[in-house]
Amino acid sequence: MYELFTDLGSWLTSGEQWSGPDGIAHRLAEHLQYSLLATLVAAAIGLPLGLLIGHTGRGAFLAINLASFGRALPTVGLVVLVFLASGLSMWPVYVALVALAVPAIVTNTYAGMRAVDPDVRDAARGQGMRGHQVLLQVELPLALPLIMTGLRLALIQVVATATIAAYVSFGGLGRYVFDGLAQRDLVQVLGGAVLVALVAVALDLALSALQRALFRHRTA
Amino acid sequence: MSIDWSWMSDHTDDLTALTVSHLQAALSAVLFGLLISLPLAVVAHRIRPLRGFLLGMSNVLFTIPSIAVFVLLLPVSGLTRTTTVIGLTIYTLVVLLRNTVEGLDSVPTKTKEAARAMGTRPLRTLLTVELPLALPVIMAGVRIATVMSISLVSVATYIGDGGLGQLFTDGFQRNFPTPVIAGVALTLLLAVVADALLVAVQYVLTPWTRRRA
Repeated sequence: MYELFTDLGSWLTSGEQWSGPDGIAHRLAEHLQYSLLATLVAAAIGLPLGLLIGHTGRGAFLAINLASFGRALPTVGLVVLVFLASGLSMWPVYVALVALAVPAIVTNTYAGMRAVDPDVRDAARGQGMRGHQVLLQVELPLALPLIMTGLRLALIQVVATATIAAYVSFGGLGRYVFDGLAQRDLVQVLGGAVLVALVAVALDLALSALQRALFRHRTA
Repeated sequence: MSIDWSWMSDHTDDLTALTVSHLQAALSAVLFGLLISLPLAVVAHRIRPLRGFLLGMSNVLFTIPSIAVFVLLLPVSGLTRTTTVIGLTIYTLVVLLRNTVEGLDSVPTKTKEAARAMGTRPLRTLLTVELPLALPVIMAGVRIATVMSISLVSVATYIGDGGLGQLFTDGFQRNFPTPVIAGVALTLLLAVVADALLVAVQYVLTPWTRRRA
């Protein structure tokens, strides 16, 4: 076990491991590209949907069931299915990652909107605010902490799952996991896993720092 | 992409066996997850400094890709069901631990003080007052953990287990969508049925939440 960790140390720190098209730097860039793009697309779909459901109070049933459906959907199956349908393209990876992230974003956005005190909403209306003004100027800022939690959760899951891109012969840090698996090279598998975990933790910390910066003016 | 229905009817036995094995793996993981997270949650709830550490640790475990977790367990437990169940258990811990701690936190201090004033010992208070009152929140965690485990079992297909996930590998290797569609559909079905059953269990276990409504 100890040997495994020293080997891992030298694997992670050797210069040649970091350069070239199979190098960590390139794989890391690929992994970030898949993860961030998928999360952005998921946010572009999930945020308006969650805000709309929360604001109108309609479609709550949809939001709750979408969440269970999203959690139940086996990602491997989805990737293979889209792969068989679309052939060798990046579609399977992005479809699966977006499908994974949308439910977490929708449900947290909806939960955040629902947690807004109805009295505050009424007060805003009483001051003559229109529907969209109430939504954007009152509900959205108050719901932001939970919305951010949803985005962070989605991003962590997407980063961990983007590993799957390598299964359908694309890049990303999953390459080390799958290549290592094929070659029975545990150090490589462990290296890939550690890198993915580090990326997830780093992105989560970055988002939580962003969240704190956004809220500094509101926290008493 | 069309479904080959004759393949389905020819393979009902296989599909049944894989579904049963799939469910076994997922449920064992939730069961072990509960056995581990309950005592840890009590510790995290009572001893504040440990709370952040335990919750943080479980979050970090959650970020490791499930494929890697399964593979890394190979030297420990080999190409066996044990590896699948340990891997899945690790994933259930995040949800179960967080929800159980939140559930225990949600019990009003006054309720606990009332129990103490009546001479109830701490362990008995935990078992007969705190845990039952925390049950709705704990059950919410159990539902999420169960559905998540059911979906994650498939990943163990890379180490030769994986229940219905084996249908994905099969379909991928033969470029044949039918088993993949069957696998996805059966996984979703299992999750929906398991979730509905858990709702029923919670309904039976928490009669006091019904009176209010």
